[in-house]
Amino acid sequence: MRYLPKSESDREVMLREIGARSIDDLFATIPAQYRLKRDLSIPRAYAESEIVEFFRQRAADCAQGYATFLGAGAYSHYRPVVIDSLVSRGEFFTAYTPYQPEIAQGTLQSIFEFQTMICELTGMDVANASMYDGSTGAAEALMMAARITGRHKSVVASSVHPEYREVITTYARYQGMPVSTIGYLKNGRVDLEALDKAIDNETAGVLIQSPNFFGTLEDVAAIGEIVHKKGALLIVSIAEAVSLGIVKPPAEADIVSMEAQSFGVPLGFGGPYCGVMATREKFVRQIPGRLVGETRDRNGKRGFVLTLSTREQHIRREKATSNICTNQALVALMCSIFMTVYGREGLKELAKHNLAKAHYAAEQFKKSGATLLFEGAPRFNEFVIQTKADPYTVNDKLLGQRIIGGFPLKKLYPELGNASLWCCTETTTKASIDKVAKEVAL
Amino acid sequence: MNLNEKIRKATTHISQNEVLIFERSSAGKKAYKLPPLDVPDVDSAKLLGEQARADLGHMPEVSEIEIIRHYTRLSTWNYAVDHGMYPLGSCTMKYNARVNEVVARLMGLAEAHPYQPERVSQGALLIQQMLRVQLMEITGMDAITLQPAAGAHGELTGIMLIRAYLESQGNPRKKILIPDSAHGTNPATAAMAGYTVENLKSNAAGMVDIASLEAQVNEDVAALMLTNPNTLGVFEQEIHKIAEVLHAKGALLYMDGANMNALVGKVRPGDFGVDVMHLNLHKTFSTPHGGGGPGSGPVACKKILERFLPVPVLVTKPDGSLGFDYNRPQSIGRVRMFYGNFGMHVRALAYIMANGPDGLRQTTEDAVLNANYIRKGLEGNYDLPYKTPTMHEVVFSDRLQTPKGIKTGDIAKRLIDYGFHPYTVSFPLVVPGALMIEPTESESKASLDMFIEAMKDIAEEAEQHPEIITEAPHNTRISRLDETMAARKPVLRWKPQSEAAGK
Repeated sequence: MRYLPKSESDREVMLREIGARSIDDLFATIPAQYRLKRDLSIPRAYAESEIVEFFRQRAADCAQGYATFLGAGAYSHYRPVVIDSLVSRGEFFTAYTPYQPEIAQGTLQSIFEFQTMICELTGMDVANASMYDGSTGAAEALMMAARITGRHKSVVASSVHPEYREVITTYARYQGMPVSTIGYLKNGRVDLEALDKAIDNETAGVLIQSPNFFGTLEDVAAIGEIVHKKGALLIVSIAEAVSLGIVKPPAEADIVSMEAQSFGVPLGFGGPYCGVMATREKFVRQIPGRLVGETRDRNGKRGFVLTLSTREQHIRREKATSNICTNQALVALMCSIFMTVYGREGLKELAKHNLAKAHYAAEQFKKSGATLLFEGAPRFNEFVIQTKADPYTVNDKLLGQRIIGGFPLKKLYPELGNASLWCCTETTTKASIDKVAKEVAL
Repeated sequence: MNLNEKIRKATTHISQNEVLIFERSSAGKKAYKLPPLDVPDVDSAKLLGEQARADLGHMPEVSEIEIIRHYTRLSTWNYAVDHGMYPLGSCTMKYNARVNEVVARLMGLAEAHPYQPERVSQGALLIQQMLRVQLMEITGMDAITLQPAAGAHGELTGIMLIRAYLESQGNPRKKILIPDSAHGTNPATAAMAGYTVENLKSNAAGMVDIASLEAQVNEDVAALMLTNPNTLGVFEQEIHKIAEVLHAKGALLYMDGANMNALVGKVRPGDFGVDVMHLNLHKTFSTPHGGGGPGSGPVACKKILERFLPVPVLVTKPDGSLGFDYNRPQSIGRVRMFYGNFGMHVRALAYIMANGPDGLRQTTEDAVLNANYIRKGLEGNYDLPYKTPTMHEVVFSDRLQTPKGIKTGDIAKRLIDYGFHPYTVSFPLVVPGALMIEPTESESKASLDMFIEAMKDIAEEAEQHPEIITEAPHNTRISRLDETMAARKPVLRWKPQSEAAGK
């Protein structure tokens, strides 16, 4: 086996040294009746060339090179080549959690920079080193709100990504955390009256998403006022991180729960992505996950360490803020590199391209006869249209032209009829928008 | 004396200094260029109104070459499996094959959107399906989900399956039993699933004490969470009895699969009574640890738990194509959006394919051989608190070194000077001053010999020049860091000097 650095004679010498007659001696503690006396029934070992060929074929069986109008929590942005070039360095990807800071300063400093950039973009004081993804991060944010307030109920907007809400339902069930849902208005924004009614003096946290699942930007200030008046915490989920280049950060939030996939992480059929949680300084001891902090060595030199670990499972066990251990470090590194490549000006310009493309597409689709929903509130790079034809039929036609259409909403929001959610990013071409405009007219 | 005279594996060399990326920034530098906008430009203030953002604060402005140098320099400050032995116990730091990285980045897979129609996702679905089938065969279980994002996430999923099953029987029960040698994630998971944790004491051999187990298992116990081999590297020889005791009282057996690298191809948890378990693809199946993640934590279970698995479940449809089944009324629900860390699924399948049945078995045998070779080599120099046979990892203690004021953490720091990543320090908690060593199969005899020699030299230094060890590491870019200061006055982000000073 080509990954194993031993010859047969090495093994024999080692067994002799140990005092074992054969390798079986070392497995003698396993009760005989359970020892596997046959080969595992899996395919034979493949050559590297065969492995590459196998996966090439699988890749060809996917929509390779299609234009896509899908967003809905996973966004197709261009990934600068330096990202893979740098994260492919073995020093990054074959290391683990930086438990030994003297030989992990590379990982530690890059996480410290990641935390800083997330704070700059979200307007929060502290950010953690990453969570699994935006959905589990949102669930953990609600649990964090419960720890901080000592209350137990949650309120979640129905315009939060439906799969995030499903994950929250799963997590909340055994936390003794009732979750109520509030609807949206004709402009796609949270129904503030319903929100006001839904919060009581047992409500710990209110979760909204902005841009929300329909692409609409919420009025975070107005929501914050209602939430805070009743002593609850406001959690803002951001699924499309690129929006932060041009949209005001949610200053009124107590916790920001982000999915940073848009920052240079491949779509990869849904993962791995990069959740991240940011909050106010006063709540830092309740944040889950790893935190990197600055300190000094014995000679006064600046260095970085994992810190405040008394929050975590390996110290606190059942009293920890979360059971999270492994996070998404390498993916967070991709995000850091992406944020660094675009930087202060580029993120703005990039976000503007997204805004312009989505605006153009929405206008063109409207002109061809589709109905644009949720007008009257600002959007970023996604919008919802209603078509006369079933969106699945529209998408079937587009697929023949190697275009993947918008995300049909019929199953998740039946009240919206033939609606679908469309996304344009900087990678969407005018030509493909114009092609689609013809099909959505029908 | 010369601090470095005995060190063979490593030597110091010049490495570049590097500031924080923000300290490299100056207005107007760029590392990007967008193509010309092919649609009419928009007035963002007009479109966004008061939601428009004015500026991006202190986000960096640097050029491409500076980015390359910045991260390359940072990378050289890390130790990694690619440098050498990384015997971090319980983490299974094995070789990460390069072909896995290549295939995971193939365009059709890397650019697949999770919501693209199933008919143009068959390649991705087949990869998941093959991985599911092969992991079920490897574990001897009946059903599996690939959705959990990491080991601890898999634990939570598994315990929720147990809870859902017990609820369907009329009583979710109250407690989870957890041995004192368990990973911290186990009790934290039990708490997240709404259970209280009851500690289970190990016996003198480092194994579950059957008599205590019998005394503790009652109608309130939902399950036992057991790592096997446990964190002492010891196989629970009476595993079948453990399962029997639990099952007789209607409780289930959860296996933490963190140490599956000791078992693959030799024995299957499904055969010895485990009801549900998670795997860590980033440990046993070689997906890279990435400086702390991403992981992937599939959960495999027996038939009785299948109907509770997270939605959606991958199925073969009547027309023979693969697709997701969302109609699972008894499911615990989703534990993550989409379908899990697919990129890790690709790599794990590539690993299994590269090995085949022979390779997987040989891998396990070599992992166990390596741990036993280290045990033999260091017995006598370090205290071995449990004499029970070792599987894939061996746990020593610092008992012989503490009289000289040397603790496990100090030995670890000196090992850094010798060019190795340290073992896991002070874990498991049942061994005071533990040195938990897991070499994995990826080490040659020569590299193990060098490790043993280094550990022996350190033991000798502990006798003769203990101050060398307590002051270690000596050869790194930075010396020991003040962790107390970091926690007392947390500085968790960079601020420009003017702001930092003003505070």
